[in-house]
Amino acid sequence: MEKIKSLADLKKKQKALKAKIDLRERANDPESHVQVKVSMSTCGIASGAKHTMDVLIEEFQQRQIDAIVTQTGCMGYCFAEPTIEITKPGEEPIVFGYVNKEKAIEIVERYVQKGELVEGIIPKNYQSIEK
Amino acid sequence: MANYKYHILICGGTGCNASNALGIIDNFNSILKEKSLDDDVQVIKTGCFGFCEKGPIVKIMPDNTFYTQVTPNDCLEIVEEHIIKGRRVNRLLYENPETKEHVEDSKHMGFYQKQLRVALRNCGFINPENIDEYIAQDGYVALATALERNNPAEIIDTLKKSGLRGRGGGGFPTGLKWEFAAKSKGDEKYVVCNADEGDPGAFMDRSILEGDPHTVLEAMAINGFAIGSHVGLIYIRAEYPLAIKRLQIAIDQAREYGLLGENILDSGFSFDIELKYGAGAFVCGEETALIHSMEGHRGEPTFKPPFPAESGYLGKPTNVNNVETYANIPVILNQGWEWFSKIGTEKSKGTKVFALAGKVNNVGLIEVPMGITLREIIYEIGGGIKDGKKFKAVQTGGPSGGCLTEKHLDTPIDYDNLLASGSMMGSGGMIVMDEDDCMVAIAKFYLEFTVEESCGKCNPCRIGNKRLYEILEKITEGNGTAEDLEILRNLSVTIKDTSLCGLGQTSPNPVLSTLDNFIEEYEEHVNDKKCRSGVCTSLMQYFVVPENCTGCTVCARNCPVNAIEGERKQVHFIHQDLCIKCGVCYDKCKFNAIVIK
Repeated sequence: MEKIKSLADLKKKQKALKAKIDLRERANDPESHVQVKVSMSTCGIASGAKHTMDVLIEEFQQRQIDAIVTQTGCMGYCFAEPTIEITKPGEEPIVFGYVNKEKAIEIVERYVQKGELVEGIIPKNYQSIEK
Repeated sequence: MANYKYHILICGGTGCNASNALGIIDNFNSILKEKSLDDDVQVIKTGCFGFCEKGPIVKIMPDNTFYTQVTPNDCLEIVEEHIIKGRRVNRLLYENPETKEHVEDSKHMGFYQKQLRVALRNCGFINPENIDEYIAQDGYVALATALERNNPAEIIDTLKKSGLRGRGGGGFPTGLKWEFAAKSKGDEKYVVCNADEGDPGAFMDRSILEGDPHTVLEAMAINGFAIGSHVGLIYIRAEYPLAIKRLQIAIDQAREYGLLGENILDSGFSFDIELKYGAGAFVCGEETALIHSMEGHRGEPTFKPPFPAESGYLGKPTNVNNVETYANIPVILNQGWEWFSKIGTEKSKGTKVFALAGKVNNVGLIEVPMGITLREIIYEIGGGIKDGKKFKAVQTGGPSGGCLTEKHLDTPIDYDNLLASGSMMGSGGMIVMDEDDCMVAIAKFYLEFTVEESCGKCNPCRIGNKRLYEILEKITEGNGTAEDLEILRNLSVTIKDTSLCGLGQTSPNPVLSTLDNFIEEYEEHVNDKKCRSGVCTSLMQYFVVPENCTGCTVCARNCPVNAIEGERKQVHFIHQDLCIKCGVCYDKCKFNAIVIK
């Protein structure tokens, strides 16, 4: 194994290793990161939600955005699968429908990074019980 | 590299291991492989999460789900439901004992809300057998920075300003200790880590070594650099096999990276660490006894001065610090003394790890800022007294400590307040007692431990503690006199004043503090021959209430010593001379016909 030679060397190594535990690090403080929930019930998976999730994780990683991507159950918008819900820190969650690969990239680029609203938002038309 | 979407963290501490955490890990691995999910999900064995009451613990990241009391059979359900479908397995979530609601993540559990984890920062978060995970968490940055700045005096100065005090019990300022060792002259000096954790019920040092061994290694290397030593020794009891294994792995990994050994980080500084095994004697936690034990002599203390800083291991200047103390040091150096000194009280800075045990709902390992009150620990973190019983006392400081009662519930906990209340910080054992505990019996329990562990070198400790124990035994058997209470107090004070080392100087504390706080219980035992908690069996008698007895013979048939006599449908009778007071008749009787007097 390569020996570490200096503080700068150690810091370089640390940076590379950090990615491996980033997922855990972020989980300790979810509110300050972009949270994405991918609806992964039978209808979602059948429409390609798994692929969407992969694309999202890759996109966030490439753009170096700290995000938590998790899966969730059916949100009820089966007509618009795959659906995802995005919560930016301090903002209300927004649900997007028909999120295929292209749409996912567009959402990350335009909504998450630039803050523009993009086509495909499903208006929230229900209330849920507060926990 | 696999791009993991989920991390499954499984506690690999001794407690959870005993409840088959390894079986859970194996099961997860094989299920994930079978379902071809092993590139999506990473299984990681971590150190202790602290919530040992509900172990084995499994935590799923990134959604921070906290599963309790998981068995290998639950793994399939967790993978199929949680990992594949994204639905939490409700039955395995922690249930709030008051509201009976499921709590999804650790952030919302009362147990974690009041905690501040500094020494335990990596326990239950990283894989202790992988140095890379430690490095990713700022590991060895403090050491590398120290070597680059090349200013040992600055390190000692930072520690002095931080206000860090020894976590092994005494609370001596760490920076000052290092300064003494640095100023001491010698051709070689030694850095010793005291991992001889001996208080009954305390396991914080073990958990740190098992969960984050590198932090201790890093701090010891910094210690070596600061005082001019090249050899580090960890004195660890052989009863901690898992901690020993993980330390050895950590030492090997650090050597491979050039973080231990010759010419660390090309700085010219060399430092290496070796393990020394102890046989598990309580007195070897005392630093002079510990040093003698390492030298291969009897583990007996010697008079101080000379202090180890002047003449310690092999007669050379030696610095001894406890595991928890070391675990704080890399963070202090990275975050700065200003950050550390903001936590805690005026004279006790930082946090303290406690092993919370006894009659509370959530037993486990907790780390809290100094200055927190007992009430917060017992009722918020501990979740209150078990079965809704009444709180009676808390024992802190182990066999050297004392009891704190209801009137101390709102005292901020730090070194000085605990001493003023007649107890001490000790290494951090905290045993909660309720109305069912007899304080005389508790004092007797601790004395039994001290009698067993006294090394026998000095008379007050060897003979005095034995006599204390005999008097307590006499009282719990109902033969005590008013004069005995007087003798107990006088003898205790004499032992404290005349013993050679810390063991004897503190061993009467459990007696003195129970005498001070619970004198009425002692008087009841002596005068009325009664034990209000029903613990001292010699003071109890079981009787049959003739009006209630139906002569069903259940008690007589269940009595293990045939002490109950009586014909069918006739009133029964207990022979007191045969009765061993096991209470079986009392439990079995359906007619409330057995009473305790």
